[in-house]
Amino acid sequence: MLKIENFSKSFGGLKAIDGFNLELGSNDIHGIIGPNGAGKTTVFNLITGIYPTDTGRIWLGDAEVTGLPSDDLCCLGISRTFQNIRLFKQMTVWDNILTAFHQRIGYGFWDAAFHLSRFKKRERQISVESLEFLERFGLAERRDELAENLPYGEQRRLEIARALATNPRILLLDEPAAGMNPTEVEGLIGLIRDIHRDFELSILLIEHHMPVVMKLCQHVQVMDFGRTIATGDPHSVINDPLVIKAYLGDPEEIL
Amino acid sequence: MNMGEPKVSTLITFRNVALGTLIVAASLQFLGSRDLFNHYYLHILTIIGMNIILVASLNLVNGYLGEFALGHAGFMAVGAYTAALITLKLPLPALLRLPLSLAGGVIAAGVIGYLVGLVTFKTVGDYLAIVTLGFNMIIVNAIQNIDYVGGPRGLTGIPKETNLMTVALCVVLTYWILRNLVDSIYGRMWLAIRENAIASELIGINVNRIKNLAFTIAAAFAGLAGGLYAEYQQFITPKSFDYLRTTDILVMLYLGGMGSLSGSILGVVVYTLLMEILRNVLGMIAPQLADLRMLISPLILVIIMLTRQYGLMGNREWRWLQPKRKEVGGGDA
Repeated sequence: MLKIENFSKSFGGLKAIDGFNLELGSNDIHGIIGPNGAGKTTVFNLITGIYPTDTGRIWLGDAEVTGLPSDDLCCLGISRTFQNIRLFKQMTVWDNILTAFHQRIGYGFWDAAFHLSRFKKRERQISVESLEFLERFGLAERRDELAENLPYGEQRRLEIARALATNPRILLLDEPAAGMNPTEVEGLIGLIRDIHRDFELSILLIEHHMPVVMKLCQHVQVMDFGRTIATGDPHSVINDPLVIKAYLGDPEEIL
Repeated sequence: MNMGEPKVSTLITFRNVALGTLIVAASLQFLGSRDLFNHYYLHILTIIGMNIILVASLNLVNGYLGEFALGHAGFMAVGAYTAALITLKLPLPALLRLPLSLAGGVIAAGVIGYLVGLVTFKTVGDYLAIVTLGFNMIIVNAIQNIDYVGGPRGLTGIPKETNLMTVALCVVLTYWILRNLVDSIYGRMWLAIRENAIASELIGINVNRIKNLAFTIAAAFAGLAGGLYAEYQQFITPKSFDYLRTTDILVMLYLGGMGSLSGSILGVVVYTLLMEILRNVLGMIAPQLADLRMLISPLILVIIMLTRQYGLMGNREWRWLQPKRKEVGGGDA
């Protein structure tokens, strides 16, 4: 589904990413872990076209998508959330989702400018669809509230919902459990499982909470200082001496 | 949905307000032509109408899109000169002169706006402000150096095709289209870009294209206001469209409130009336005091901005200008 070969990125003299490879099958949940500053978010930024890569190539399905701008990548089916939530804060919950539906809006500029019949018909349909979508994420009651007024956990959920509203084939989640309490984390794990099942997509996940990674991912890739230092299934990876040294510290504490 | 609501407010819909505006404008115009209505008031109302078009259209870019463009008067100039040239140089039947010249002004300003936007939106923030200011100067200077359009002397003898009625018609049309757009996926995308450009890109919005769409529409409506202005004043010079005019538009916009079409009306009305009332009141006390208004009204503006940071109506709308969509969700209430 997604294949990355030899991504590298330098910022000034700092080699942020060095020879990053990844292969994500369809319906995989794949985790990227590593200490702070290891380059995990930079990998996401390279995949989603926020930064251009220095070297390396990327394929989505059979098509090479190296160097495409973010909006094209999204239309091709890559969607993501952010470590620091990036909602449209001053817009309502509903409008956040409706905006993400823009690719399937089905009317053009003149339809909108003169509120022609196609506009009215499609707006009605999209309103219904988006409301169902909000219900699916338990946000329908909140639809008329400004996004910034939601509690933290619901903001995370709204951001995931917005990413899914673009109808992606691959969902990148950047530390979805950050700042959540254990109950919220449990809820999040359930939500990601449901999404994975219902939307039939591949998920790439950056996470610090080991329980999330252990419960969700079939495959984990560990990064340190821009390099991949270990890959494999979660259990073998956390027992890898290199990983323990770089990131996990005392394994007793984690398990 | 809204039960127990007084009947009066349900009568105040966009359609009724628009209709009322047109009826009042037509009546006043008729009374004015019979010398039954003060021509000075007629003039003020006409100016208010043109300014509403200018301010509301700039609101798309500076309010909804959240950019800071400083060149609106430049596009007004393009519209004004195009419309003036069409009425002066083309042998058009009298009935078609106004609509065709205005359409010409709108299209010319829109095209120039689109081209300027292609360059402008390679920058953001302060740089965008400077680039747009630069384009305003370029347009004004270019006109100043074209002899065909009168150079610095300007164009005179433009037939008077515009009055309060035509301006009111254009205001209603402008507001209908702007409100339709704001209440569509385009309006949502503009707001989304204002709220978070990176997130907008990552949900697949072609940010530069959608930004330039807002900019082009804003320029086209500035062109409409320019055309109306030329055919109302019957005399235009490049100086009428320099950065001072842009500043005036900005002041009214910020006074009224960003991201609010209601605010654009309120800002223009309050500011224009304030200036005129001050002029008259001070002039009555002593003629030499009249210029004090240039001091007092900016001061009032400063006070309003300090007490109401988002302008009089920032991000809020009068009910009759609010989006209509919510019927789906409201049905169960």
